[in-house]
Amino acid sequence: MKIDKQTVLELYRTMTRLREFEMKIQELYRSGVLPGFVHLYVGEEAVAAGVCANLSKTDMVWSTHRGHGHALAKGVPGRQVMAELWGKATGCSAGRGGSMHMYAPGCGFMGTNGIVGSGITMSAGGALSAQLRKSGQVTVCFFGDGASNSGSFYEGLNLASVWNLPVVYVCENNLYATEMSLERATKSLDIAARAAIFKMPGVTVDGSDARRVYEAAGEAISRARKDGGPTLIECKTYRFHGHHEGDPGTHYRSKEEIESWKKRDPIKALRESSMAEKVAGADEFDAIDRETQAWLEDAVEFGRVSPEPDPETALDFVW
Amino acid sequence: MVTNGKREITYGDAGVEALGEEMRRDPSIVYIGQGIGPRGGNFRQTKGLWAEFGDHRLRDTAITELGETGMAIGAAMAGNRAIVDNVFLDFSLEAMTQIVQQAANAHFLSNGELKVPLMVRGSMGSVRNAGVQHSHTFYAWFAHIPGLKVVVPATPYDVKGLMKTALRDDCPVIFIEHKALYNIKGNVPAEEYLIPFGKANICRAGTTATLVAVGRMVHVALDAARILDQEGISLEVLDPRTIAPLDREGIAASIRKTTRVAVVEEAHASCGFSGEVFSVACEDCFDSLDAPPKRICARPAPNAFSPELENRILPDVERVVTEIRDWMNS
Repeated sequence: MKIDKQTVLELYRTMTRLREFEMKIQELYRSGVLPGFVHLYVGEEAVAAGVCANLSKTDMVWSTHRGHGHALAKGVPGRQVMAELWGKATGCSAGRGGSMHMYAPGCGFMGTNGIVGSGITMSAGGALSAQLRKSGQVTVCFFGDGASNSGSFYEGLNLASVWNLPVVYVCENNLYATEMSLERATKSLDIAARAAIFKMPGVTVDGSDARRVYEAAGEAISRARKDGGPTLIECKTYRFHGHHEGDPGTHYRSKEEIESWKKRDPIKALRESSMAEKVAGADEFDAIDRETQAWLEDAVEFGRVSPEPDPETALDFVW
Repeated sequence: MVTNGKREITYGDAGVEALGEEMRRDPSIVYIGQGIGPRGGNFRQTKGLWAEFGDHRLRDTAITELGETGMAIGAAMAGNRAIVDNVFLDFSLEAMTQIVQQAANAHFLSNGELKVPLMVRGSMGSVRNAGVQHSHTFYAWFAHIPGLKVVVPATPYDVKGLMKTALRDDCPVIFIEHKALYNIKGNVPAEEYLIPFGKANICRAGTTATLVAVGRMVHVALDAARILDQEGISLEVLDPRTIAPLDREGIAASIRKTTRVAVVEEAHASCGFSGEVFSVACEDCFDSLDAPPKRICARPAPNAFSPELENRILPDVERVVTEIRDWMNS
């Protein structure tokens, strides 16, 4: 499949935004400005960008604890994500959720989540709702290799399969569940192959290649939308940073391993391969880089000047 | 069945009637659970509904409480009204993370944007010596969590009226029937009615002491009250109907009138609902108390299988009568 220039630039724009956003979050977090804990998406951008480029606004995404990138790629405004990480009233969850609990249903974003695997069953439910309402919506559930060993994985995929639900499961296999390597966690290392248990298609893609992710997700989403049922896509990827900000990520991963993945940086790879193929020129990528910086500065300033939530609202929306 | 001009149906059928009426009224309702389709439910709690609503809306599942409950929550977040029937509340523990961490929080965390119109249905309590793993009484666990409503109906009338209210609520409701009550009969009007949450039912008026109970223990309390009435002890039996929200005002008003309060529970006492009722007594009407509050709960052991052992652990009419009599004389 030939991916057009506009799509390539769009994938690059999304990935660049995700990367620059996270690097800024790291800086703000380290300087003590942001409360809480953050899990950065750096290195995995091709997955969110490639998948979400195939979705419409009303399609639904269930995300993870490493979910800032999913939110941005699904179209939640950068200002709102930034303000939420700041705990401000203007955040997408008005400061009630923070990094691991941010919701923007108006953008089809059904939440980041601090409970590993929980989205796998809920996204099947979202897909059941879409099927019952004949809405044509597709749901996507992102999760990691860690969730693939949870009970939710088996229960969720089984239900999605038996009812032929319009859900696409995207496993971001970054090889480590916190510090636990997949090789130490299971003998079933081929996660996509597990799809066969449930008689659904299972696909493995290079999660550092945005175009391959875009293609694989496009096919699965299109199939789901045509009542063709669920798909499991395993994206082989890597987080360049530790599990959470503050974890150097080097106690359980060798420097050589980290460096080898950084050489496959998905943003650099898309830019260089596209230029080599003469799909787009350096000036076009540079323009996106400049535009991204302006976008980021605007988001940071918005987060910085936004008001704190009114303590009087702390008990709102309980019942 | 109609007696004295009043229509009588069972506790189980009252739930079926509520479901049928609400599923007809609200086409967005989907009912997910085990054996709830052609079988009509382990307790006949969905009897006849499959014939009317079919596989489309009555979704039989594998034994997959975590999956079916997570799925119901997702469907509710996405625009349907979902019922998930875990059949035994004991099995809801498999899905506790979804109920507590997802369903209870989504409305709050989305700043009110997401609604979670969900009813989690499960039966509690002891019946026919089923043994500990099918006999738990967990309502207080759920009531501890902000964002969940907890309904514990005692009569067929309450099942219908409370379930219809649950099926119009936009937040998660844990609907806990007592499995030993499914076959009891009582008056249930054919016409529509709803019972509001957070409004206690004075099942029996009295003047000497207030006896608070839910579920099957309401019936135990009423039987004990009839016996003690012969001895001049006039018990007011109060059923809160919903543990969350809790009718603190109604309980306090009754205590102010009677000056004493006791709680009868099939659940354990430790960190439980009885302590919550005591907090009403101590915080809201302490000056009205003529005696320390009293709790008569399951003794602190797992529910045993042998009838002899189980009867020792759970409160019954005889124990309630004895303990209330001693308490009144102390």
